[in-house]
Amino acid sequence: MSEHENIKPVDDLGPLIGPDYTYSSVGDKVSSIALGGRHPLPWFVVLGFAGLLVGLLFFSITFLIAKGVGLWGINIPVGWGLAIINFVWWIGIGHAGTLISAILFLFKQDWRTSINRFAEAMTLFAVACAGMFPLLHLGRPWLFYWIMPYPNTMKMWPQFRSPLVWDVFAISTYALVSLMFWYTGLVPDLASMRDKATRKVQKIAYGIFAMGWRGSARHWHRYEIAYLLLAGLSTPLVLSVHSIVSLDFAVSVLPGWHATIFPPYFVAGAIFSGFGMVCTLMIPIRKLYGLEDIITTRHLNTMAKIMLATGLMVVYGYSMEAFFAFYSGNGFERFMMHNRMTGPYGFFYWMLIFCNGLSIQLLWFRKVRTTPLMLWILSIVVNIGMWLERFVIVVTSLHRDFLPSSWDIYVPTFWDWALYVGTIGFFLFNIVIFVRWLPIISIFEVKELIHKNKHARRSHE
Amino acid sequence: MSETVREKKLYGLTAEFDSPEALIVAAEKIRDAGYRDIDAFTPFPVHGLTEAMGVKRSWLGWLVLLGGVLGGSGGLYLQYWINVIEFPVNIGGRPFFSWPAFVPVIFECTVLGAALFAVFGMFGLNGLPRPHHPIFDAEGFERASDDRFFIAIEAGDPCFDFEETRRFMNGLQAMAVTEVYSDDV
Repeated sequence: MSEHENIKPVDDLGPLIGPDYTYSSVGDKVSSIALGGRHPLPWFVVLGFAGLLVGLLFFSITFLIAKGVGLWGINIPVGWGLAIINFVWWIGIGHAGTLISAILFLFKQDWRTSINRFAEAMTLFAVACAGMFPLLHLGRPWLFYWIMPYPNTMKMWPQFRSPLVWDVFAISTYALVSLMFWYTGLVPDLASMRDKATRKVQKIAYGIFAMGWRGSARHWHRYEIAYLLLAGLSTPLVLSVHSIVSLDFAVSVLPGWHATIFPPYFVAGAIFSGFGMVCTLMIPIRKLYGLEDIITTRHLNTMAKIMLATGLMVVYGYSMEAFFAFYSGNGFERFMMHNRMTGPYGFFYWMLIFCNGLSIQLLWFRKVRTTPLMLWILSIVVNIGMWLERFVIVVTSLHRDFLPSSWDIYVPTFWDWALYVGTIGFFLFNIVIFVRWLPIISIFEVKELIHKNKHARRSHE
Repeated sequence: MSETVREKKLYGLTAEFDSPEALIVAAEKIRDAGYRDIDAFTPFPVHGLTEAMGVKRSWLGWLVLLGGVLGGSGGLYLQYWINVIEFPVNIGGRPFFSWPAFVPVIFECTVLGAALFAVFGMFGLNGLPRPHHPIFDAEGFERASDDRFFIAIEAGDPCFDFEETRRFMNGLQAMAVTEVYSDDV
């Protein structure tokens, strides 16, 4: 008895799920978002806005393919530019979804239950956006399959000693495993939607994707084994993906890129930005659909703490980069750091320090962590900051390397921005469609949580 | 109605409960009475249920291990064959089989193989997709994905005797005991 008193929450944030929820009412609440058919006005506004941006995306892709990458601001020495910045930014955002669904599952963190479905969906859409950039950056994207190893008449094979080829394997594995993890988690809930649906079309559609799931005890038994193993597989996978992305930089000999700190520093940054995006999306959605008692203030508080922790790791990375440059005694390294702070892109560096270093110090205050509006604004600042981080890393290292005669200034063109903004629209469009058709909260896992709470209460009494 | 019901075959008898605890108690009684062709249907995974039903632990984990081994060794072989046998490139006299550089791709292939086996293995062993199953003809079964917990004894069980099994199930303190007829048995 005294043991249970000890583990009782000592704060006033309340339980992880509203105490009045029953198995049935939580299912009704979540499925009614998709089955009810009535959506708040902001849903239509975002749909329309995102739809326009998707149009812009298609237009800029078409124009790009017709004209070539010369449309962009890239040139030697800055050959990567916005395409790779956006690629790293989007992949990083995806990582929070896998962290929430896999790593927190292994650590038995109950609070993940209300947000994992949504975060996994976010991962999928972010990876889809990320994948576009390297493909379009190829210049001749229709020959993308040349990067895969397959027997061909050119007798041409990928160079497996290159991180760029590791990247192809890492990203495609990550996309596939994330998709399977997400779909596996969805199947029991789709069955639940099938059984709740009243219209024939809905019944058939959900029925097809539920694959005849009937909640058999033997099925659940295998399902849990598979889910646990997928979580165990996704955990090292997600760490490997951003490590490999960072090796794209770190394996080169360029000052500012060639650093051993890159893999852990990139992974921390990825999770940081991903939690930023989860907060950016979840806070308005919980409000619009009245989910405040499923995605509670306690959830926001915990996510904010993770943002603070990973943000501090990133800040540690920035200080170590600066320290290494100084301590190495290498003139090129020192010049790079000096140029990064005071050169033509110095403003962006200090903006990045403001967004990722200073602003997140507000998260030490409980008031900020538990006030949705403040947390939401801060999460947007973090998203911007993480984009600036990638901009600073890519551009400042490339634009002034060893030879002053090859220095140049990189300025993104309209088409750079159009493609980037287009992918944001594509991402939002997918989110909006997901909210419309699928259960955005894992129904069966929340029911499990209710069951667990009942047990805890009973043994407490 | 009775006309059409008689044309269908008996799938079994189901008992319906409103809590996982009651279901587990019933499952233990059914197992102890000697029934083997039994299955339970619940809206979420109930811990201790398969043990109560006497179901053996699945060997899916070994299948996933096999997937990982196949994926990883496939990834290694792919790189070995390309960089050593099919298209060796001599770069400054470095070894063709530079295995440390192959580790990331081996790792990714291991994860991919294991994950594919986990997902397809799980659905495959579960016999899904299967659009229809006789249990869907049980009355009120749509609540098995909502807030009701069902347990079924199939008519094919060696111990199954319609009258006796029915009497036995009525003694389980279920909310309802129903016969399930289906043309899908």
